[in-house]
Amino acid sequence: MGTLSGLWRTMMLGTKSLLLHPMRSGLTVLGIFIGVASVIWLLAIGEGISLEAQKQIASLGARNIIVRTVKPPSEVLGDARVALYGLRHDEYDMLVDTIPQIARAVPIREVKRMIRFGPNEVDGRLVGSTPDYFQATKLEVDRGRILNAADVEKRKDFCVLSKEVAQILFPYQDPIGRRVLLPENNDFYEVVGVLKHRTATAAIGGSFSAQDFTKDIYIPLTTMNQRLGRTVWTRRGGTFEGEEVQLNQITLRVHRTEDVIPASQLIKDALRVHDDKMDVDTVVPLELLEQAKTTRLMFMVFMGLIAAVSLLVGGIGIMNIMLATVTERTREIGIRRALGARRSKIISQFLVETITLSIIGGIVGVLAGLTCPWFITHGRDLLGTVLKEQMDALPASVMNMVPTIVPISIPIAFGISVLVGVVFGIYPAIRAARMDPIEALRHE
Amino acid sequence: MTAAVMATDLVKDYVLKSETVHALRGISFEVPAGDYVAVMGPSGSGKSTLLNLLGCLDRPTDGTLILGESNVAVLNDNQLSDIRAQRVGFVFQSYNLIQQLNVVENIQVPLYYQGNLGREEKKRCRDLADMVGLGDRLKHRPSQLSGGQQQRVAIARSMVNNPYYILADEPTGNLDSVTSNEILDLFDKLHDQGRTIILVTHEDDVSERTGRVIRLMDGEIEMDERLKPLRNGSPSTSAIPDAADLGNEIVMGALSAKDLEIGQQDGND
Repeated sequence: MGTLSGLWRTMMLGTKSLLLHPMRSGLTVLGIFIGVASVIWLLAIGEGISLEAQKQIASLGARNIIVRTVKPPSEVLGDARVALYGLRHDEYDMLVDTIPQIARAVPIREVKRMIRFGPNEVDGRLVGSTPDYFQATKLEVDRGRILNAADVEKRKDFCVLSKEVAQILFPYQDPIGRRVLLPENNDFYEVVGVLKHRTATAAIGGSFSAQDFTKDIYIPLTTMNQRLGRTVWTRRGGTFEGEEVQLNQITLRVHRTEDVIPASQLIKDALRVHDDKMDVDTVVPLELLEQAKTTRLMFMVFMGLIAAVSLLVGGIGIMNIMLATVTERTREIGIRRALGARRSKIISQFLVETITLSIIGGIVGVLAGLTCPWFITHGRDLLGTVLKEQMDALPASVMNMVPTIVPISIPIAFGISVLVGVVFGIYPAIRAARMDPIEALRHE
Repeated sequence: MTAAVMATDLVKDYVLKSETVHALRGISFEVPAGDYVAVMGPSGSGKSTLLNLLGCLDRPTDGTLILGESNVAVLNDNQLSDIRAQRVGFVFQSYNLIQQLNVVENIQVPLYYQGNLGREEKKRCRDLADMVGLGDRLKHRPSQLSGGQQQRVAIARSMVNNPYYILADEPTGNLDSVTSNEILDLFDKLHDQGRTIILVTHEDDVSERTGRVIRLMDGEIEMDERLKPLRNGSPSTSAIPDAADLGNEIVMGALSAKDLEIGQQDGND
């Protein structure tokens, strides 16, 4: 009981001394407060971004393996009039035939094309694929229907529009049944369906930029090959450049998650043996997910480091103030020593004061830290209305992320704040206790 | 008769850079319990040094200084702190109250450092405040009190641990003559109750009111003169606990029975 009430008394005494200089104590607390709050904020933001990134990667499909055409460097291509590279149909057939784990394969060809209906036009992306495409990319139909096997088989000139394209081309009409024009080829396609909005996928690797599906128009791959031919000509600076890319992407799905890694290895090997032009990149979302988790850890460490620096600064602030306080209260220390305080009592008195400061800073900091999700989401909304363009330029993972308080960060931040109090309080306290009582009493 | 303090061949040297200052050159004296002593002398005579030694704030270079059973010369820092908390009462020229504490809390400080601050002790502190005439200002801060009142608080504080002696360093130095007299009256009263008082002063009117004057000069006792006879055998002398019965109840003199309920509770150390 004696120790406990003694501690209580010391704490009350400490609080009293601190209240003697409320402004000074407040500013000192501010250092710790900012440190603790920033630990929680930074970790919450880091966690939010990381969760969002993981979500985006997961949206690529954990069981998917994505093989994508990459434009090789010009020295590999040579200066042929028609650049010939990328995935080919025979490679597609080879993968489907030889790799047993593959459950489903979706060939995809993409060409940039103008899409027009009446006066409205969109600089869009013409995607030729199979019906599986919609399932593999998790695209859902809003109105009408998606493409079916018969469309592919019969090379129908049907198309499905993304929600955004449909909105631009058909602001007032029902697009279903109408025919859109691709002026570059002078082709018409009949709209059979409109999709729901689909958020962009993660940007993965250098070759695979974030896919946004907002400019897409989907037609059967067979129709596309027939109408566009193999070579796509684009005008560039007065000359035409030809590119022959048979397939831009093959999205493969394996039977089981465990198959992903071995199958991806087989695919890489098979493609390398077949053709090593460096024109193909294999993306494994599952691997990316693992990478994202590692990145998250690094991110956390990095954020933690920043927060630690701010706590360090806060701690130095506390030490500074306590040293000043000790000097200022030299006489009081002398009186207390004369009246029988052991050195250890003086140490505990000043230490308790410092720790009280840092605990108050810690508590307020934790409370402020918990406001992070609210502040970020509301602040983002506010900024979104004021600085719309700048905010739109932000990556999706930042725009969409929801700050997520990491529960462990609360005790950690609080514990560190107390620790800071002890660490940075001990020296001033010892300095106070070391004072010669006679000298201290003489101090004016 | 018991001695409150006994000094034998007390030497204190200070080493300042290469030079050694002999502040006390071997002084011996004894202060019996219940004595009222004035230590006088010009500056540099060793007054302050002696005061520090008597206050257990410092250890002598040589010689012995016996308080009760303890030889201050051989105590370590913690033991010195404890003996200050338990056996010495300080009254300073500038009162030296702790600003952030109120009257009664200031009186409690030595008991707090003794680790002996229960309900009864707190009551005793209030009674002491009452005795020095500040019973109605228990919650006042030092800054709300006059110099004389602050010194009264300091005197109450000096008695709270039933010390061997009250050590007063120029207690009236900062006070006007009227207030000084009130303070000295209070010391007289304490002396009448049997308290031992050692008072450092350079004012003759102060020293005249004491029972004995020790005059220091260049670190030696120049004169040790008794002005009034020590009231020997007075029941009040037993109020001063000697080392043997520190734990015992102390019976104070009938003279001050009303005031000194406060004194009856000795620290259970």
